[in-house]
Amino acid sequence: MNLERQKHAPVYEALERFRKLRVVPFDVPGHKHGRGNPELVQFLGQRCVEIDVNSMKPLDNLCHPLSVIKEAEELAADAFCAASAFFMVGGTTSAVQAMVLASCKAGDKIILPRNVHKSVINALVLCGAVPIYIDPNVDKKLGIPLGITVEETKRAIEENPDAVAILINNPTYYGICSNIKEIVALAHRSGMLALVDEAHGTHLYFGNDLPQNAMSVGADMSAVSMHKSGGSLTQSSLLLLGEKINARHVAQIINLTQTTSASYLLISSLDISRRNLALRGQESFDKVSKMAEYARQEINCIGGYYAYGRELCNGGSIFDFDVTKLSVLTTNIGLAGIEVYDLLRDEYDIQIEFGDISNILAYISIGDRIQDIERLVGALADIARLYIKPKRDLFTAEYISPTVKMTPQEAFYAPKETVTLESSVGKICGEFVMCYPPGIPILAPGEVITRDIFEYILYAKEKGCSLQGPESLDVSTLNVIK
Amino acid sequence: MDFWFSEMHTGNVKISVRVDKQLASVQSEYQRIDVFESPQFGRFLTSNGSIIFSEADEFTYDEMIVHVPMAVHPNVKSVLVIGGGDGGVARELEYYDEIEKIDIVEQDKKFVEICNTYFPDSVRWLSDPRAHVFYEDGLRFLRGKTGEYDLIINDCTDPLGHAAGMFTKEFYGNCFKALKKDGIMVYQHGSPFYDEDEETCRAMHRKAFKSFPISRVYQAHIPTCPAGYWLFGFASKIYHPLNDFNPERWLERNIKTWYYTTHLHKGAFMLPKYVEDLLTEEEK
Repeated sequence: MNLERQKHAPVYEALERFRKLRVVPFDVPGHKHGRGNPELVQFLGQRCVEIDVNSMKPLDNLCHPLSVIKEAEELAADAFCAASAFFMVGGTTSAVQAMVLASCKAGDKIILPRNVHKSVINALVLCGAVPIYIDPNVDKKLGIPLGITVEETKRAIEENPDAVAILINNPTYYGICSNIKEIVALAHRSGMLALVDEAHGTHLYFGNDLPQNAMSVGADMSAVSMHKSGGSLTQSSLLLLGEKINARHVAQIINLTQTTSASYLLISSLDISRRNLALRGQESFDKVSKMAEYARQEINCIGGYYAYGRELCNGGSIFDFDVTKLSVLTTNIGLAGIEVYDLLRDEYDIQIEFGDISNILAYISIGDRIQDIERLVGALADIARLYIKPKRDLFTAEYISPTVKMTPQEAFYAPKETVTLESSVGKICGEFVMCYPPGIPILAPGEVITRDIFEYILYAKEKGCSLQGPESLDVSTLNVIK
Repeated sequence: MDFWFSEMHTGNVKISVRVDKQLASVQSEYQRIDVFESPQFGRFLTSNGSIIFSEADEFTYDEMIVHVPMAVHPNVKSVLVIGGGDGGVARELEYYDEIEKIDIVEQDKKFVEICNTYFPDSVRWLSDPRAHVFYEDGLRFLRGKTGEYDLIINDCTDPLGHAAGMFTKEFYGNCFKALKKDGIMVYQHGSPFYDEDEETCRAMHRKAFKSFPISRVYQAHIPTCPAGYWLFGFASKIYHPLNDFNPERWLERNIKTWYYTTHLHKGAFMLPKYVEDLLTEEEK
């Protein structure tokens, strides 16, 4: 990384120059630096609407970057030690989809763990690739899906030598990492591409003593959520490419679905955040790691809760653990994670990232302060004091292994009928069902609705999880294959 | 020279105090602290641009936050003061011989140092053998305490600043746990007059009301506070601030005060209609 160059933020600098030029706009957007929409200016501020402008020569064009955006993308590639990088404005979802669409076409096999984000399976619906799922191991006590082991990956490759790519999470939402180095090497030895979903891993590129990042182990592509741990605006993201990938081809794939009116708020936030990470990332994430470690220690002192960390590592399904993640098992105080999540928001004015059946996840980032950590720990202590229940037989399985009968694309487009949830058991599902967050499908199109899954959905509904995906908003019915 | 300190009480109201000179300006880990000398209020200290106390009117809240609970609780031995770095509260507590322990939790060591330099009278407690100061977060300190205190005084003033954690349900809950079974907690309750402050005031009462069996509010007139009007919260496990009030016992102590009297004690709990209404609404 060239630190001197990293001090620049070309898009930001171009916008600053542009602002001072006081150019008279006879182009879109029609609010014309906010003048046409005073209420919006009142709400967002003059600075914000002033830079909400269209692509133009001095500001470059995200769909075909030649000047400042190109330069900013090169700096991002340099900062993340990638061969090239794309600024993405459709969320990490768009980066994940570009990765999959650039690697697979209809009928191609792709090896992946089933606990991927829905954006991955959505991409399979779009391109018609065939998923080969590796069972992520499940920790019975925590009820969370883990990473994939080298042995299981090897077996999947041997059984499917014609697969074109392998996709892995690094880390999972909960902070679990697989042996990414070995898995990437395995993929390459078998002539497959190695794709990595690093939606929760921006900081792995900058912090000390954190799990390995995808580019450092030679992965071919990685989708990085800059807006999560990287500090950029919501919806902005990065797609990183390795040496072997034809960036021009990937650019064409991205442009199939990318907006032609990319927001400069998002683009400049990526540019400024990249600069910040390159210059101060290491120091910031050291602080984040320390705060998360402190919170873990304090939460484990309350009694009842289990805030887990590196002690989980087992060399296989939990090859490494991302210590910046603060995941807490809540079932020992008799409460489901989602119940603690709701209590924190409704009673304590604390919004955490998510609560699932057994765990909560608090997102610790470069924006946190120690006094806020104290509030979180204090609230958890108070919840344990006031709401503790005898430990009942709470549901534990956060992951149920799917039975795949059709590819996601076949099932998505197949003729379907709508049946009640109760009577859908045994049928093939034609749509997605997931709790959001974390957004990992419980059911994907083409999978059998088993009794276990049916019961899981009922339990998640009863506990107040936000179930999304199906046409039926309250998931009282499901579309199944005729 | 025309030199004024100004503080925005709302987006549309500003209070200004003529200043002779600025004595200190320090950025600590948690706040910016300034000390000024003024003709009207004497020395005053600000945190992030808001007046925390002035020599001229600090006696009001120091007395009101200490003597009100002390005149109710029959036997206070162990007191916890949170955010009491300026020492005013501890100074009032020193009048009571039966108190055996005063724990003061102040997160910001810089704040105490500044008070020690510029308000030496207030920080006499530093040499009182009963007083122990802990430089740490109030919430963190409380987590480890169960059934330990007769009285907890939350002296933090700004529910939106760095001490926001001391105005939360988890704070009230952890205080409840740290108190003995007949314990009392008193706290700064903000000012109810301006719209922006009203919501904070409501939220505080809602949380305290849910956390303690008895939760009453009392008032005082403090010139440097927003609208010159300030409320205090009295949250208690069994003692009622008026029914269990013992004026004779308190008068026997012969404590010299400037604001608090046993008559005022009763009057302070008689609130204006609009305040009573907004508090009652939060009790539903």
